[in-house]
Amino acid sequence: MKVSKLLLLVVLMAMLLAACKPAAPVVTEEPVKPTEVVKTEEPEKPVETEAPQEPAKEPVELRFTYYADGIEAEVMRPLLDKFTAENPTITVVLDVVPYQTIDEQLPVQVETGQGPDLARITNFAAYKGKYLDLRTLVSDPDYYQANFPSPILSALDFGGFPDTLTVTGPYINVTLFEQAGVAIPGEGTTWQEWTALATEVAQATSTQYAIGIDRTGHRVAGPAMSMGATLINADGKFTVDTPGFREFVTLLKSWQDGGLMPSELWLVGDSKNNCIDWIKTGEMVMCMTGSWQINGMANDVGDAFDWMVVPNPTGAGGSTGVAGGSAVVAFAGTKHPEETAKLMEFLYAEENYSAFSAGTLALPAHKGVAESGVAFKTENPSVLSALSAYTAEVPKLQDQAVGLNVHPFAFAYYRNSANRIAQYLSGELTLDEMLINLQSDIDKAIAEAGG
Amino acid sequence: MKKTLKIKRFFEGISKGLSTFVVSATDLLFGSLQKLIGVKGMPYFFVLPNLLIFGIFILYPVLLNFVYAFTGGPSFFPDERPFVGTGNFERLFACESILQPNSCTEDIFWRAVHNTIFFVIFQVSLMVLFALITALVLNRKIKFRGFFRSVFFYPCLLSPIVVALIWKWLLQDNGLLNGIMTSLGFSRLPFLVNAQWAQFWVIIVSVWASMGFYTLILLAGLQSIPPDLYEAASMDGANKWKAFTKITMPLLMPTMLVVIVLSLIRAVQVFEVTYAFTGGGPGTATLYLVQFIYNYGFSSPNKQYGVAAAASLLMAGVLIVLTLAQFAARREEAY
Repeated sequence: MKVSKLLLLVVLMAMLLAACKPAAPVVTEEPVKPTEVVKTEEPEKPVETEAPQEPAKEPVELRFTYYADGIEAEVMRPLLDKFTAENPTITVVLDVVPYQTIDEQLPVQVETGQGPDLARITNFAAYKGKYLDLRTLVSDPDYYQANFPSPILSALDFGGFPDTLTVTGPYINVTLFEQAGVAIPGEGTTWQEWTALATEVAQATSTQYAIGIDRTGHRVAGPAMSMGATLINADGKFTVDTPGFREFVTLLKSWQDGGLMPSELWLVGDSKNNCIDWIKTGEMVMCMTGSWQINGMANDVGDAFDWMVVPNPTGAGGSTGVAGGSAVVAFAGTKHPEETAKLMEFLYAEENYSAFSAGTLALPAHKGVAESGVAFKTENPSVLSALSAYTAEVPKLQDQAVGLNVHPFAFAYYRNSANRIAQYLSGELTLDEMLINLQSDIDKAIAEAGG
Repeated sequence: MKKTLKIKRFFEGISKGLSTFVVSATDLLFGSLQKLIGVKGMPYFFVLPNLLIFGIFILYPVLLNFVYAFTGGPSFFPDERPFVGTGNFERLFACESILQPNSCTEDIFWRAVHNTIFFVIFQVSLMVLFALITALVLNRKIKFRGFFRSVFFYPCLLSPIVVALIWKWLLQDNGLLNGIMTSLGFSRLPFLVNAQWAQFWVIIVSVWASMGFYTLILLAGLQSIPPDLYEAASMDGANKWKAFTKITMPLLMPTMLVVIVLSLIRAVQVFEVTYAFTGGGPGTATLYLVQFIYNYGFSSPNKQYGVAAAASLLMAGVLIVLTLAQFAARREEAY
């Protein structure tokens, strides 16, 4: 009894003392000044904290939401460390997320004011009015505007810069061609001819699939344009029912029905499915994808077989891939616009941009870097050959192939076209129904978005 | 021995002290609160946390859903969305014939509706049938009964995504089942890329995944039937079939009704398993209503919140009807 009373007294007194304590702990809980505490605790530099002449800058933390197709995040991290070393008061937290998060969640986060300071994105139109205008914040706006294609900067409202330039184009398994004794054709070969050759190789080498293309309207656009499709008309509007588009989609259906292409590539799933998975495992002869897959091919295929990128096949519309790429952007909602702009300026500075391109094996969209040339960090002949092949595709790009990715409603076409073509391939819709429905989907999506 | 006793008493003292402190502190806190808001106010205080959670995470989103359903435009913020009246509903119902999705403006919505109806009819029928058979078997005195009960219930413990991935690995083009078939000299079957096969497997997988739950409910219903009735029937010369049709089924019917209504509600809400299993494909063969709403409201780069919200209100209407049926069934069971 005595003990319990004593204990009760002790606990009550402890509570009383805790209640009477000044509100000091609240200061330590302030989230905005976490490093201040650390600084005052540093024993070796006490003088710095006492220096009265120049008030120490508030430590700032920037959040950078990032997705990666390959090793981009690994290449980006040391660059950010370098930035922090040069700007000790600014720390950058790199949040590496799946592409789906960038695609689906980031637009809502940014719209509701919960977004990061910066992000790596591909859907430029999704953040209209939300970008941080860098022209008024960077030290040399002329350098910024002179070094990047103006249509891309306009699409980004001058709130970012393209960190890569991508081009679509096909990869082939060279070893299978050699085993089959089939010569690899050059420039000027049509899609129909490539289909026949890939089929011949697949049959001769007992390879499961001859040919495939990524499940997205972006990849379909290049072959369709090569066959004469005018996806974007003179008024800048999407027009899907053209002879070229019909021709390529019909060819795609023949791949599907003939078992030349894995059925799961287009028929299972609403998400982006890539043929690269099949070519990497040696189960496919030819895969229509793009330059961003070079690194993955180099790392995953290794020396299992030889591969190369071939020129985009030709048709009535010539030979063209489709330009694309990602961009690093800053959002207007940031609480640290100056620091964010400083980081952007650091990232697009020639030296750092070049290091990023060299490390990720990505084609540069930066004019200065492109002119100086990039010392790609590889000796792999397949990679070097692929980079040359894709570089050679850039001058061949049709205007609409450049304009597609920066079109404000490009994403209305990309996702809807993939889903509608999948319905056509599965037999749910006829070609005519598919084209009518696709045009309607695009028109509705644009109208809903206020276009 | 004396030392142990001392320690024991010490800890007893601490325990008593703590409980005295907790009781006193609680008394002090709630006593003051009761003085402040009165005895009648106390129940409201206790349900307040739950009401807050319900309000923030259920009621508020439901109200917002109404706002979105009657407004248009791409904005996420309700105050920036123009009022469109019943425009979103009209768009969903703009059809020459709802039996032909291609004649509708929102053909995908009607494909999803058709698929959902088809799924509900077959999935619920198979689910109830298999759950009943399993419950009847597990109700008998068989060997390893406890083990089998656990085996049938085990899939219910799995995450729907895990269920979908396991079955996907089994059934995909290069999956285990096709591997076994080709090794035996048969050709591959398009389990996930043929519309009929995909619909069949989606139903089978969802039945497998949730059958255990309904089996358990039916088993409880079977065990509540007094054994004397069977003894009496047996003495009167009734065979097993007669006992089943004249005793088991009538007495199990209230439980069956609950199972049917619950499984109907769950079937209308089908999403996770099919999303991860087939993604709604091939084409739209396994696209159901919830995925349609998800695609339009969340996953599409050009989000159409208004149409998604209108579709979800329509679905909510169906679910409300089913829930009322469940309440009615429960009332029936109580009587």
